[in-house]
Amino acid sequence: MDFMGINPAVLIASLMVASVPIMLAAIGELVVEKSGVLNLGVEGMMIMGAICGFAVAVETGSPLLGFLGGAAGAAALSLIFVVLTQVFLANQVATGLALTLFGLGLSSLIGQGYVGIKPPATGAVPFGPLRDIPFFGKVIFSHDWMVYASVAIIAAVWAMLKYTRAGLILRAVGESHDAAHALGYKVVRIRVLAIMFGGAMAGLGGAYISLVRVPQWTDGITAGAGWIALAIVVFASWQPWRVLIGAYLFGGITVLQLNLQAAGARIPVEYLSMSPYLITILVLVIMSSGRGRTSLNAPASLGQNFHASR
Amino acid sequence: MTRETLLTIEGLSKSYPGVKANEDVSFKIGAGEVHALLGENGAGKSTLVKMIYGLVRPDEGRMTLRGAAYEPSEPREARAAGVAMVFQHFSLFDALNVAENVALGMDNPPAQRELAQRIREVSEGYGLPLDPARLVGDLSAGERQRVEIVRCLLQDPKLLIMDEPTSVLTPQEVNILFDTLRQLSAEGTSILYISHKLEEIKALCDEATILRRGKVVGTCTPREKSAREMAEMMVGATLNAPERASAEFGDVSLQVRQLSVTPTNPFGTALRDIAFEVRRGEVFGIGGVAGNGQDELLLALSGEVKTARDCVQVNGTDIGDLGPNERRKLGLVTAPEERLGHAAAPDMSLMENALLSGDVRKGLTRKGFIDWPGTRDFARNVVEKFDVRTPGIATAARALSGGNLQKFVLGREIMQDPEVIIVNQPTWGVDAAAAAFIRQALLDLAGKGAAVVVISQDIDEIMEIADRFAALNEGRLSDPVPTKGLTIDQIGLMLGGAHGMHKAEIHHAEA
Amino acid sequence: MLRLEKRPTPSQFWAWGTPVLAVVLTMIAGGIMFALLGKDPFVAIKTIFWDPVFGEFAWYLRGQLLVKAGPLILIAVGLSLGFRAGIWNIGAEGQYIMGAIFGASVGLAVFPTESRLIFPVMIIAGAFGGWLWGMIPAILKTRFNTNEILVSLMLVYVAQTILSKAATGFLRNPQGQGFPGSRNFSTYPAASNPELIAGTGMHWGVVAAFIAVITAYVLLQRHILGFQIKLAGQAPRAARFAGVNPKKLIVLCMGISGALAGMAGLFEVAGPAGQISIDFASGYGFTAIIVAFLGRLNPLGILLAGLVMALTYVGGEMASTNLGLPSAAIQAFQGMLLFFLLAADLLSNYRVRLSLLAKETR
Repeated sequence: MDFMGINPAVLIASLMVASVPIMLAAIGELVVEKSGVLNLGVEGMMIMGAICGFAVAVETGSPLLGFLGGAAGAAALSLIFVVLTQVFLANQVATGLALTLFGLGLSSLIGQGYVGIKPPATGAVPFGPLRDIPFFGKVIFSHDWMVYASVAIIAAVWAMLKYTRAGLILRAVGESHDAAHALGYKVVRIRVLAIMFGGAMAGLGGAYISLVRVPQWTDGITAGAGWIALAIVVFASWQPWRVLIGAYLFGGITVLQLNLQAAGARIPVEYLSMSPYLITILVLVIMSSGRGRTSLNAPASLGQNFHASR
Repeated sequence: MTRETLLTIEGLSKSYPGVKANEDVSFKIGAGEVHALLGENGAGKSTLVKMIYGLVRPDEGRMTLRGAAYEPSEPREARAAGVAMVFQHFSLFDALNVAENVALGMDNPPAQRELAQRIREVSEGYGLPLDPARLVGDLSAGERQRVEIVRCLLQDPKLLIMDEPTSVLTPQEVNILFDTLRQLSAEGTSILYISHKLEEIKALCDEATILRRGKVVGTCTPREKSAREMAEMMVGATLNAPERASAEFGDVSLQVRQLSVTPTNPFGTALRDIAFEVRRGEVFGIGGVAGNGQDELLLALSGEVKTARDCVQVNGTDIGDLGPNERRKLGLVTAPEERLGHAAAPDMSLMENALLSGDVRKGLTRKGFIDWPGTRDFARNVVEKFDVRTPGIATAARALSGGNLQKFVLGREIMQDPEVIIVNQPTWGVDAAAAAFIRQALLDLAGKGAAVVVISQDIDEIMEIADRFAALNEGRLSDPVPTKGLTIDQIGLMLGGAHGMHKAEIHHAEA
Repeated sequence: MLRLEKRPTPSQFWAWGTPVLAVVLTMIAGGIMFALLGKDPFVAIKTIFWDPVFGEFAWYLRGQLLVKAGPLILIAVGLSLGFRAGIWNIGAEGQYIMGAIFGASVGLAVFPTESRLIFPVMIIAGAFGGWLWGMIPAILKTRFNTNEILVSLMLVYVAQTILSKAATGFLRNPQGQGFPGSRNFSTYPAASNPELIAGTGMHWGVVAAFIAVITAYVLLQRHILGFQIKLAGQAPRAARFAGVNPKKLIVLCMGISGALAGMAGLFEVAGPAGQISIDFASGYGFTAIIVAFLGRLNPLGILLAGLVMALTYVGGEMASTNLGLPSAAIQAFQGMLLFFLLAADLLSNYRVRLSLLAKETR
């Protein structure tokens, strides 16, 4: 059963793949923002993850090591953000932008030797007969392990924030760093860990782009995915499961417009390819205009630097 | 009565660049004793208790707790040793509920359900009922303080530190708090009670240590001393009560009618049907416990929040829909509570801060271009006339002490010769000398025929300078009454009695 | 142990010292990076920072400096006003592209009419295009409280798509044998933005940049509007107390920065670039963010910073042809500059002390 030459099972299956990078990056940023830090450098960290992951996978032949390398590379870049905002108390917005500009340059520098190479393939999880179930086999059981891992990470972050003491402390630090400090919590230490987690997640997402989604290396491969991840955090009003929904939504739009382009739809290609960005804006408008209690989810000290003066 | 000594403090000193916050401070607290730490704003009380609570490390000196050396390097250690603290600026999180807030202040909190049960038990047991599931941002100031106290009590403290606990309470709530503290003291818990309110200390405390400029200047047994004696030890000089030249009122200058405002932030207070009028030469006091709509009222009067046109009138002109500068043009000026960040820009110089609100009435711009020499003169005048201690007008506002900045902010508004002035918390966090100066300046302005509105949480202040008084309670303003002859109990009832007590009890009955 | 102490009043010395320190630190760190890439760091730094001004080809490269610095300064001056007010327009690249497309469309629409009015009208159209693109995040912010950072950035991607449509579609040169790209303005004198004095690189865009610097300087130093911009950025509540309307300020700042970026785009397309092409967008809109910060959001500082940044472009190209230094290395180098600047900024607001020493002196 196809619509305009598009098979719904294939569409859903591919949107799940397409949404993995932004989902990972967004859940990482959600944790960062919950701790009260705004890191606008997601795009830069993602692309560092993309090239580091790609390079490690190509050199070692192991996609798993590749993903770890991507996470490590991006986390290392996030360390610059840590030093600047947590130690040197630099403006978080400006530092995040700097991270992106630097990440784009550095990744392209590292990536010079890797253009045109194919990375080792990340295989699908062997679900055996489950894959033969009509429709669901294709939709649910045909993916590589990162697709499942990304959903598991969302679940883990949700449970951590909701049920654990660590989650409570993280939320408290993001809500009021002064009060948290007065109670004796190490505000900076907690934020550093959150930022590095965010970096690692963005790196995983970036590595997924270069290792699975594309899969090859080109300059500027992330094409704004990091920014869309930031928008998804707003869309999700800082709630983990809504990140999943948001990521699937955007993954769906991306896949759909690509399919429509391939199917030769009558809509001009340009309109289709700008649609994810326009829809991001639209969603931001809808989510931001809502007032009242939902805004409570936004961490109160988001973007403010903390300096224990006395 | 001799008590076993709980905490000994010997020769504690702590310096910050440019200030000696504490110098060679020594005293003892006995088990079950309620010990007052008395001193003005800036006398070093906060630094001292932060050292006891492990938030700040002393440069010199030592402490012993029940004979053993006590050197907490972080609050966790202090809590483990049995020291708990209720902060003046609450260490609470608005968007979290009561149980979560309590859990954050404990080192090994039980599971949520069990914790909620214990919160109920302990809070009832000490007469401070609380509902564990409510969001802290929705609580009144008094209830928020209860959260802090219950958080401490759940850990069975040996020493409870309370930093200016009554500044956010109504007189009735103060009585409830004192009952709780006496009960604790009878059970053997020591209390270090920090305050500058002498009557309270006389009513509650067994012993008192008096701090001035970081040093211990005296100890006494409060019940045996008069408030005046203690005040002189605390301030180091005799202060004159402000004087009123005359009390003749002219026409109505400021009129507020049916003023209702919905707050912009989720934990703000809605103003409901506020109405009052102030005559020329009159000082009108608006009292109330923190968070009952004071900020919202100031914003609506200053023009930062606009309302229907006829809600606010100055000298017969409707100004409800005008912005701050248009209102200034008509003679209405304001001084908000928050000095740094609202009344003044912290990183800007005093000169720039003079321009901030003085532009319109002092004519400091021409066709939009700034008259810097004129601005400089204006700033210098304010600094001189209001005795602002500053190296110069190029100094950033944040470099000034609270009292000096407040004098600058008030001076900036008063020197614009306003017809109506509205001030919120004019002497909050200001030392006694500066407070007396500011109150006198406001009275002098009224003497010159301006209508003065003083919004304050300090009842004594209002009783001292206001001609008439109205209470702001949950966004509603009571009917104004003359201040002469009002008793503290009457005022307490006008302020809303014991906030939230009723509600919490009902909650409990249902549970 | 290092300890930070907030200065009571920001340091005047470090306000000007930090950019210099940042440039020096970047040279050191960049040198290390170049060494890791197998290039002689001293030769590389000399090629980037010295040769364009004093080297063998300086007669040509000095002109190139102004060509690169012009748009950077023009855009950065606009951005700096917003940044000072706490309004983060980071989509200048998109406004730059839209300005170029709007301005070029006007010029190409009347081709081949010759009139002295054409170029001025193109400038206005360019400014309008950028203004329009900047107004979208501004209006969404004031009406719906939408984050202007994300919206203005998303609009860069949209503008890039429109650019490729323009180059391959509605602005394509009808005599270009189907190749992408518009007519070249160098063949259309009435609409072109030529070099005004041969060999200097001076064109109308550079003139506009100088005018923008002077105007912004006067605005910030002498005018109440400049004061309000600074106030709104430093203390938003105090700004409202002073009677500043934050929404007006957002519309104003986004509008100014959009219009200036749009003008920069027009000057570029009608001058140095010559035509609308797929690769017209060269990242000036993003680099201008670095320029704005490097210039400490001060118009005169931006003038200097724009020249320094132009140096890294021109010198970077030299290093790329002469030494085979990858152009991506220059991009990373520019990013590093911003890092060091942000880190060094600490010195103007905080005192750094060794806590052992601090104890003894007090």
